Amino acid sequence: MRPFAMAMLLVGVLGAADTPKSQPKAAEERLEVPPPPFSEGIFPCMACHEGMPVNRTRRELTGMHTDIVLKHDEAHRWCLDCHDATNRNTLHLASGEPVPFEESYRLCGQCHGEKLRDWRAGVHGRRTGNWNGAKSYLLCAHCHNPHQPHFQALVPKPAPKPPHRPGN
Amino acid sequence: MPTEDQNPSRRLFNIAAAGAAASWVMTSCGPKRLYDAPKEKLRSAVQEMERKYAAQAGRSVSVSEAGAMPGVQFAYALDISRCIGCRRCVYACVAENNQSRDPQIQWIRVNSMEKDKGVDFSHADPYYNPAEVPEEGHFYVPVGCQHCENSPCTKVCPTGATWTEPDGIVVVDYDWCIGCRYCMAACPYGARHFNWSEPTIPAAELNPNMHYLGNRPRVKGVVEKCTFCIQRTRAGRYPACVEACPVGARKFGNLLDKDSEIRYIIEHKRILVLKEELNTVPRFFYFYAT
Repeated sequence: MRPFAMAMLLVGVLGAADTPKSQPKAAEERLEVPPPPFSEGIFPCMACHEGMPVNRTRRELTGMHTDIVLKHDEAHRWCLDCHDATNRNTLHLASGEPVPFEESYRLCGQCHGEKLRDWRAGVHGRRTGNWNGAKSYLLCAHCHNPHQPHFQALVPKPAPKPPHRPGN
Repeated sequence: MPTEDQNPSRRLFNIAAAGAAASWVMTSCGPKRLYDAPKEKLRSAVQEMERKYAAQAGRSVSVSEAGAMPGVQFAYALDISRCIGCRRCVYACVAENNQSRDPQIQWIRVNSMEKDKGVDFSHADPYYNPAEVPEEGHFYVPVGCQHCENSPCTKVCPTGATWTEPDGIVVVDYDWCIGCRYCMAACPYGARHFNWSEPTIPAAELNPNMHYLGNRPRVKGVVEKCTFCIQRTRAGRYPACVEACPVGARKFGNLLDKDSEIRYIIEHKRILVLKEELNTVPRFFYFYAT
């Protein structure tokens, strides 16, 4: 009982004293993540986009990328809000700063700041590895399709067998 | 008979010697109690287990006797606002911890609850089986061992076969358990499971990485339960359910590490424990990240 009570006390005390320190560190802090989940053969984007004229008019795409259905604040957003028009191999922040796909969480975090904060703390999203050492993070896009971020429904694993009662 | 005129002190000596021999047989040759076994004895007991399970499984098996790490108090947190009830954790747990496939034993039970009713076990349905989860208007509360600080189960055990380890894990000594099931009656969470008949695990599916207080094979007539994957967590790894959860709802760590996820959750999120009024002081927290 005693060590746990002390732990709880510590939690309380440090929780009060620690608030400024537990703020997320500089946005520049990079985390190790697996490669972004690109569709087969889609990257690098500049392999096709190199030399193509840039059309910044908001429109429905008919020639390419017709498989992409945007269900992510589509009333206000479209491709070039996140994808960089001049270098298609990168994304860009609202400020115009280019961001590689490997750091796309910085882009997502512009709107979903509290999710980014929780993700950095290891609370939002799956972690694998060691509770006291190296952990593997996942990018937002590994679980949420950036174009349709709502988490997809899954088929549940079989239900447990109900207890057998004679006469039933 | 000539024996009747024997010297009474000689008879006393015979009785005392027989008694000493019997107690030596009981303590040395019988099953070993693991709770307070000295290091060397534990090592030999564990090697004996390795030989036995390897012979049963037909392949090499390692049984760890890793003790609690100093300065570590384990705790667990589960995000009710994220869980979608897919039961991936249940089956990851079964595979990792060598739970019997038939009769079916599952340490984790996922309850489906109605959002209108809140966390209410009188309306919980563990047998839900829709085509896809999550279901409209439902949320899910997986329940396993809560690793209570004030655990009712360990208090009622008549043989001392279940206890709380220094890092907070409630464990069972399967060799010392007599199968009275008092602990199951005492547990308010239904977290303990009894082997009513001989457990079966397909040989190819046996997890050979074992711990003497964890996932080593059980026999008919003993109680078993979640051990926070003691064979993994005492080696620094996350429990199997944490790594299996597709929505990242399961979090695990050291309460004494102020940078751990678990501390962040307790300090920043709304948390609850099940049946708080019973004063069991669970180490298993439920929280809402959103």
